[in-house]
Amino acid sequence: MANTVTSSPTKTGTAPPHLNYLTENNTLKAWLTTVDHKRLGLMYLGAVMSFFFIAGALALLLRLELLTPKQDFMDSATYNKVFTLHGAIMVFLFIIPSVPAALGNFVLPLMLGAKDVAFPRLNLASFYVYCTGAVMALVAIIGGGVDTGWTFYTPYSTTTEGPVGLMAMAVFVLGFSSIFTGINFVATVHKLRAPGMGWFQLPLFVWGIYATALIQVLATPVLGITAVLMVMERAFHIGIFDARLGGDPVLFQHFFWFYSHPAVYIMILPGMAIISDIIPVFSKKTMFGYRAIGFSSVSIAFIGFLVWGHHMFTSGQSDLASAIFAFLTYLVAIPSGIKIWNWLATMYQGSIDLRTPMLYAMSFLLLFAIGGLTGLYLGAISVDIHLHDTYFVVAHFHYVMMGGTVIAFIGGIHYWWPKMFGKMYNEKLAAIACWLVFIGFNVTFLNQFMMGSQGMPRRYWTYLPEFQRYHVGSTIGSWILGFGLVMAAGVLLASLRKKEYDAGDNPWGARTMEWETVSPPITHNFEGQPVLRHGPYDFRVEPTPATVAGGRH
Amino acid sequence: MSQHTHSHDSHGGGHHLHGGPKVYGTVLAALLALTLITIGASKIDFGSPSANVIIALVIATIKATIVALWFMHLKYDKPVNGMIFASTLFFLALFFAYPYIDTNSRTDVKPSNWKGPAYMPDSGSAVRGIGANFPVAPAPGTKPVAPAEHH
Amino acid sequence: MSSHAVTADHDSHAHHDPNLQHHFAEMEQQFECSKIGMWLFLATEVLLFGGLFVGYGLMQGQHPEAFKSAHHHLDWRMGALNTIVLLVSSFTMVMAVWSAQTNNQKALIRNLILTIGCACTFMVVKYFEYSHKYHEGLLPGAFYSYTGPHQNAEFVFFSFYFMMTGLHGIHVTAGIVVLCYLLVQARKGAYNASYYTPIDLTGLYWHLVDLIWIYLFPLFYLIS
Repeated sequence: MANTVTSSPTKTGTAPPHLNYLTENNTLKAWLTTVDHKRLGLMYLGAVMSFFFIAGALALLLRLELLTPKQDFMDSATYNKVFTLHGAIMVFLFIIPSVPAALGNFVLPLMLGAKDVAFPRLNLASFYVYCTGAVMALVAIIGGGVDTGWTFYTPYSTTTEGPVGLMAMAVFVLGFSSIFTGINFVATVHKLRAPGMGWFQLPLFVWGIYATALIQVLATPVLGITAVLMVMERAFHIGIFDARLGGDPVLFQHFFWFYSHPAVYIMILPGMAIISDIIPVFSKKTMFGYRAIGFSSVSIAFIGFLVWGHHMFTSGQSDLASAIFAFLTYLVAIPSGIKIWNWLATMYQGSIDLRTPMLYAMSFLLLFAIGGLTGLYLGAISVDIHLHDTYFVVAHFHYVMMGGTVIAFIGGIHYWWPKMFGKMYNEKLAAIACWLVFIGFNVTFLNQFMMGSQGMPRRYWTYLPEFQRYHVGSTIGSWILGFGLVMAAGVLLASLRKKEYDAGDNPWGARTMEWETVSPPITHNFEGQPVLRHGPYDFRVEPTPATVAGGRH
Repeated sequence: MSQHTHSHDSHGGGHHLHGGPKVYGTVLAALLALTLITIGASKIDFGSPSANVIIALVIATIKATIVALWFMHLKYDKPVNGMIFASTLFFLALFFAYPYIDTNSRTDVKPSNWKGPAYMPDSGSAVRGIGANFPVAPAPGTKPVAPAEHH
Repeated sequence: MSSHAVTADHDSHAHHDPNLQHHFAEMEQQFECSKIGMWLFLATEVLLFGGLFVGYGLMQGQHPEAFKSAHHHLDWRMGALNTIVLLVSSFTMVMAVWSAQTNNQKALIRNLILTIGCACTFMVVKYFEYSHKYHEGLLPGAFYSYTGPHQNAEFVFFSFYFMMTGLHGIHVTAGIVVLCYLLVQARKGAYNASYYTPIDLTGLYWHLVDLIWIYLFPLFYLIS
């Protein structure tokens, strides 16, 4: 029986291939009907990364068009559609599912010492719902494209032509995928923790994903009903958002941002969660302020619900509401600052190991700090009136979303890649790719901060010649960035060509539970039920070696 | 109650069976009575329209609480489930509060010649039908400018 | 379950209750986990309807007179009848759970049938109400063709009326489908005192549908 547990010293050296979740029952049908969280995580990873590169290519096209002040190869209608697609794909098909559905699915049960998520079939359903939404979005794109921006503001979205309704229903469907994932993770964290693992022995990744899942459950339904109302408005003129019929177009913005501002934290919290796990492992030091980071995740999730009106300072919202929202917006800075200081304090006097995941984590610290601090400018009403709808805003949220979440996501992929596939990538090339991404990113978006503060409006396909030098810099930066990302993907994928599992079970010397199984993990994650023996960042003890039954196959 | 011990051993979820036909019957009677009260209350004028709405909602909330506590077993259940439900209602309240504050404190920016929404009394035509006299989308070419928003 | 069922043979607890999924250690854990999942799902339902309630509340505040005159098109007797039908169905549902908990198969099947009966009655009453609105021309949005007094005032009211009762009706219909499935399974003897999770969870869903109607009834039929 499986209870015979033998320890196997696999920390170093090359292990012969063992039967694992990748190789066991490895048929197409088995993959498509799998309820294994690890396989679903990989399928999600493949899907979201495909959309990331599609939307990234669209961004490169936009930057290319903006190289000169005049029209180059897109007319204004095409430009509107391309930036809408870039935004909608990045937000709904990439960032929101990225960390929770891809990495969270793979890592969360392993970290908890569980065999699977709480509702494996719901997890599979979530993936297919996601695919359905993605297909609907693609059909909308092929059927003429949508030019509303990813926010679908009325009255433009209810009067413009094109398959806006289909796109909105795609968002509705994708929302359900997100809800299913959220329900699954909350229930998993509540009920499937390994024996001995209390709430304060959870890895901080779990805290971050848990807070994210709460937002997904509480906010996403409102997006659903907003999309439905918008489609009804478009199809039947029900009048809720139409002032001519007694409705209120600003109400749409309230509905939309009730979801979409918390959604910003659905995007950034998982990024912070990854960083909270990488930093102690690569500093070989216990997390400084564990509880502070855990609670700050939950309080960011909570405060995230209180601040949505700062998107509406210039939308005709009342002055009183604007003042309340502006004040509450500053509160977000407190838990975010707590996190940053605790990460820095963890690194202080640690023995820092500058391998690729840590390089990404440190990029995150810098980029997220810039993104977060510029958010404070935009939270101040008087400054926001000046900066609203300029490239300053574009640069701000790219620093948070791309410099924060995407960098953390890529760092997380590098961190867990050896666990996922058992194979180690070329460290040197991966580090070079990381540097290229970092440099390219800053060149792209620092220029946008400057032109934005000088008044360059966003979403314009032509511009005044005095902005050209910034646009040229930004476009050149986008090429470096794009090249770096392709290179990072290439380095990772190249490692899969190796014949043997050479990564080792715990290549980074981490103490969390996902490293206590073999790489890649067996189908049931662990032999028997693992028991918590030490805290998640307790580097005073030796890491618990991976256990396998009856030796490797 | 021969099943009681059986349930205890193998199910776990039903450690102690709560409720029962008597309790549920009483709850149903209370709910029906409250329904009659709310209908009766709607026939009485309490002074202002909002007072009537508030009274109706208070009775509805009492009914909803009864349903949640006994029919949905929250009275006997693990606290976590009740907490999920309560926090949901909290966020719903938040969702209502902000737009409410906003719409009730806006400066009036209506133009001086504004005569009310198109479908309010005294401003519409007598002919109604699908599409007839219906405000339609502006013709292509007169599209409103692209929506403004940020973040 | 499919692929796990295949590979579960080398699992350490092969002799467990057939209703226990492989990744849970015991039935109690599985039951509590399902319950948390269901409550989270109900949370999403509350917020889904919540959007409409918020919209209704704000619009009612902006056009109180219009809403007041519009509700005269609704027959409060029909609404009250449906309220009573749903409350009774909630009672029979909770009795179905009780019957399963006490291993009373006959009562379980009887109560499920009664619940389905009530649900269908609700939908039939709803059908008569809707067809009445149809003949008056009070359909929402572009289909609004009412020409009586206060024709303009009641436009938004009926948009909300059809959105909210329509969404609620979809939930009732979904509930009927699930209840029918439970009935089929219950006749096969699938539920007993040691395993009644599906009955319990469906019950929670059904009570929520009832709970939403408890608010819809005074908001639409009884504003004066």
